[in-house]
Amino acid sequence: MSAGADRPAALARVGRFLADRPVLPLLVLLALLVAILEYMRPGIVNERWIANTVKFAIPLAMLAACQTLTMFTGGIDLSAGIAATVAAFVMATMTPLLGAPLAILVSLVPALLIGLVNGIGIAFAHVHPLIMTLGTGLVATGCLQVYQRFVIATGSVVPEALAWLGTGRTWGFPNALVLFLPFAALILYAQSRSGFGRLLFALGSNCHAARLSGVRAWQVYLALYMLSALIAGITGLLYVGLIKAPSLSLVNPLMLPSVAAAVIGGTSIFGGRGSYTGTIVGALILTVLGTLLTLLQMPEGARRILYGAIILAVTAIYVRLTEQT
Amino acid sequence: MIRQLGKSGWVLGLVGLLVALAILTKAIQPDFSASGFESLARASLPFAFATAAMTVAILVGGIDLSVASMMAVASVTAAVLMDGAGDLTAGLVVAFVLVVGLAMGAINGALIVITRVPDIVATLAMLYVWEGVALLILNAPGGAAAPWLRELIVGSVVPWVPKSLVFLVVCLAVVWVPLKRSKLGLYIYATGSSELAAYRSGVPTRATRVAAYAIGGLFAALGGLTLTMSTGIGEPIPGPYLLAAVAAAVLGGVVLGGGIGGLLGPILAVIILRLVRMDLTLASVDPNVTTIVEGTIMVIVVMLGGILAVKGRQT
Amino acid sequence: MRDEAAAATPPVLEASGVAKRFGAVTALSDAALTIRAGEVVALMGANGAGKSTFVKILTGALRRDGGTIRLHGRDGTLASPAAARAAGIVPVYQEPALIPDLDVAQNLRLGDTPVEPFLHWVRELGVEGLRLDETAGRLPLATLRILDLARAIAAEPDVLMLDEMTAALPTDLVERVLRVVREQADAGRAVIYISHRFTEIAELCDRAVVLRDGATVGDLRIEPGVEDRVVEMMLGAALTPGARGARARAAAPTGTPRLRVAGLGAGTALEDVSFDLHAGEVLGMVALEGQGQDELFDVLAGFRPAARGRLEIDGRPASFRHPADAIAAGLTYVPGDRAEALLSERSVRENIALPLVARPRRWGPIAMRREAERVDAAIARMQIDTRAMGEVRRLSGGNQQKVTIGRWLAAGVETLLLFDPTRGIDVRTKRQIYELVRELAGQGAAVLYFTSELEEVRLACDRAVVMFKGRVVEILDAADASDARLMRSAYGLAPEEADA
Repeated sequence: MSAGADRPAALARVGRFLADRPVLPLLVLLALLVAILEYMRPGIVNERWIANTVKFAIPLAMLAACQTLTMFTGGIDLSAGIAATVAAFVMATMTPLLGAPLAILVSLVPALLIGLVNGIGIAFAHVHPLIMTLGTGLVATGCLQVYQRFVIATGSVVPEALAWLGTGRTWGFPNALVLFLPFAALILYAQSRSGFGRLLFALGSNCHAARLSGVRAWQVYLALYMLSALIAGITGLLYVGLIKAPSLSLVNPLMLPSVAAAVIGGTSIFGGRGSYTGTIVGALILTVLGTLLTLLQMPEGARRILYGAIILAVTAIYVRLTEQT
Repeated sequence: MIRQLGKSGWVLGLVGLLVALAILTKAIQPDFSASGFESLARASLPFAFATAAMTVAILVGGIDLSVASMMAVASVTAAVLMDGAGDLTAGLVVAFVLVVGLAMGAINGALIVITRVPDIVATLAMLYVWEGVALLILNAPGGAAAPWLRELIVGSVVPWVPKSLVFLVVCLAVVWVPLKRSKLGLYIYATGSSELAAYRSGVPTRATRVAAYAIGGLFAALGGLTLTMSTGIGEPIPGPYLLAAVAAAVLGGVVLGGGIGGLLGPILAVIILRLVRMDLTLASVDPNVTTIVEGTIMVIVVMLGGILAVKGRQT
Repeated sequence: MRDEAAAATPPVLEASGVAKRFGAVTALSDAALTIRAGEVVALMGANGAGKSTFVKILTGALRRDGGTIRLHGRDGTLASPAAARAAGIVPVYQEPALIPDLDVAQNLRLGDTPVEPFLHWVRELGVEGLRLDETAGRLPLATLRILDLARAIAAEPDVLMLDEMTAALPTDLVERVLRVVREQADAGRAVIYISHRFTEIAELCDRAVVLRDGATVGDLRIEPGVEDRVVEMMLGAALTPGARGARARAAAPTGTPRLRVAGLGAGTALEDVSFDLHAGEVLGMVALEGQGQDELFDVLAGFRPAARGRLEIDGRPASFRHPADAIAAGLTYVPGDRAEALLSERSVRENIALPLVARPRRWGPIAMRREAERVDAAIARMQIDTRAMGEVRRLSGGNQQKVTIGRWLAAGVETLLLFDPTRGIDVRTKRQIYELVRELAGQGAAVLYFTSELEEVRLACDRAVVMFKGRVVEILDAADASDARLMRSAYGLAPEEADA
């Protein structure tokens, strides 16, 4: 260690602290936002509000899992929102024809297909994930519109089970936790204790070093983007249970916040660092922030500016902090 | 491969493709006429300017994902300010919007240079910021455009020479030709080709980057203006120009990574892509299927561009 | 201007006590150089002596941390390459400086180079028929070097700085270059000439400034027989040949080699290399920078295919399309640049365990206890200081290097390819690495050990291969590998009779 000037040394210490425990300041921020909310509207923070917040944060946190996992490798999945919408829409329109269980299975196929195309473009053609997933998202939107014309007669049904999962509460707890808790446990386990999780970080941290250690990157990318699409599809099914009205732009409003949740949660958009724990807290923060902005009657435009600014600012701070050490 | 084909070879290939498509169009639709061509040219305008904006950013070695959002900002700014304004004021508004475009682009470039966040991430964030700005200016489609502006791009000078095409050529030429001949143009190509070598040759690479993005912003503002001019209203939700612009730039011979390509190729590529869409429509293909085909073509073009870029780096 | 009168004229450029640190690494501590108009001064030094850092500081590409630079007697702090150029110092760097995607005329405009003088010098340097509208990236490397030089001369500099100018040139062009450079000096310019080639230096230069470990250790007049003194200075007087740790002469290896390299060639730098590496043996490799060793290791590690020649492993032909293939064949690679091999944001444990999870059938749950055992064993064997657990980038350089080697211990070692494993690390760690390498060989591993520290050939190796210009020039027993012999051989000089 060289003895640097005071300021950079202090900055470096802060950087390390945040890099090691990104969740702590996030929890403080979350508590702060809740406190502001309570101050503005005394009594708003009660059991019911908490359950409601959690209920809306869960689909966001799940969609943000797609961003988190792909960001571990330095990528991103901008087609996740559309993959989710596709799954939800196909499921809802297939249910009258096939019955709920089969419709759910069938609906995940197009989502996986999106992931497969993403994976092929990124693994073999080396297209930047951002451009690739944007492109497949566009194509998938077109396909969905065509599909809609074919099924316009069948109508759509959101199965009871999904509605129960999306909106119901049991003993005050949102039922979505039945899906989310095992899901989160699995992701948290996989990110640190599975070979696949290790490789995601390895590719994001140093692709060359991973190659040198015998990792064939294309295998990982292909599997990753298909996994991301599968998660997106499941999120879509949950979300349609919450909203109960399938549409062609169902999950689109969650797209930008899902990226922001992962970035706020301390996952580096450059890869190699992060944790799904942070993303979950990030999703909660954004949901509470959303409530706050609604109370403030903040227009939609200002929200988007805020989200964009958050992504840029957090990334810029991250660039500075990592250059210090 | 692109290098071997040479600078003009690629453009010639595009011209050939365009001619082939034109013949195909005539075959599908024997009574395809000057008016069909006029509407094709007019529909291509915003795509052409979006592509020009993207091209400059790619040439300097970056990419600007916020092109469509900047167009939306320019469109609503123009529509809101022109609502109820006279002809002279409308002229001032046009000038103002162009300045706003330059400023937006310069902000993008400056943020990239100052924060050192990679272009693709920084402009992704700015995509949302400019989208939000557009929504703040105008919440829903509205506003108005001065009638004389509409006259500029609707109709034809003589049959088969639509005013919109003249407008496009004039605008691009006024900005691009002097730029290409100036030292700044050289700096842009040099920085995009090899930032280190350019720096060692004394090129102010940071300032060059900001300037290139600013010019991109100017083109985006022109694109936004044409949107308002042709529809007569401002549209705050960005259109599908982002991927189309990347695809047209790549198809037009601009190499992702910077330094290679011009503006002529991408503009020809825009017209080709629009023509494909029109042919599909003429062949009475479902418009939604048309969107899929178009999107698939773009994705394939971008994938091929990626493969070529990898190959180029290896040799 | 080779007479005493030269000493009377004031120096054009005068640098003294120049120092530069990169983090914890001291690249330059006390570099000095004085040059007068009309002189050609050679700047010499072994790999890692600090030549390129010094050149970058003198040409404004890097800022110095200490020392003084005076230009024409005034303070000559140079903030950027552009400022250096304006002050009359014009470099020709090792890598071509023309922008590859611009044509020649545009490149000239970029630096405000006058076209007529440029074309004059291009012809003078022996390149005919140059078209100004040719894209620079499509010109052959030799032509690009000539254009760089012509562009530099056309700028009429006070100080011309040539870094390995002749490395990529055919012999006839080299002659032209040397003549033109000499003429430039005679016309009153000062020339700093960096080269590994003694013959050129003897022909062209007036003096040689020798760098060792970041400090100027000698300033010699070029005269017949000066080569030996330069080699001596580059090595350091303290190291008498073979004085320390000379190993017992190893029995000549027999049987099927673990790795046989036959006539291997790749790219432009690796021409034709053949050698055998046996199990239980540490084979040293010595070469100056850019003699094809990088390409050789890339081929062996599976990063690039061989263009010519054969590889055999245990007598069976092998070819690799991906490092995973090389690893499957038992060839594991530790690159010279630690940054290439480390997941710097990840923990020691994840770094060491990386090869264990590389294949898809290891993607599932990790047997944490078994992994911990293997990782701990590697950590213990490498004696990695893990007090700073957490991110690997916070470890010292020595500990980082141990992590990159320890990775292969945990996965099992058959054939280890080490590229300069002790570059920039402390003495204690170096010792540990030598011991480890010997131990691995004792257990039957085969080790190929490229080193830029000649001493290591005797400290860690059984035999040594010396490469020059993409070919093997000598294979010798470590016990015979005196520094002087290795160095002469690495510079392509004939073995010295007097030494025997």
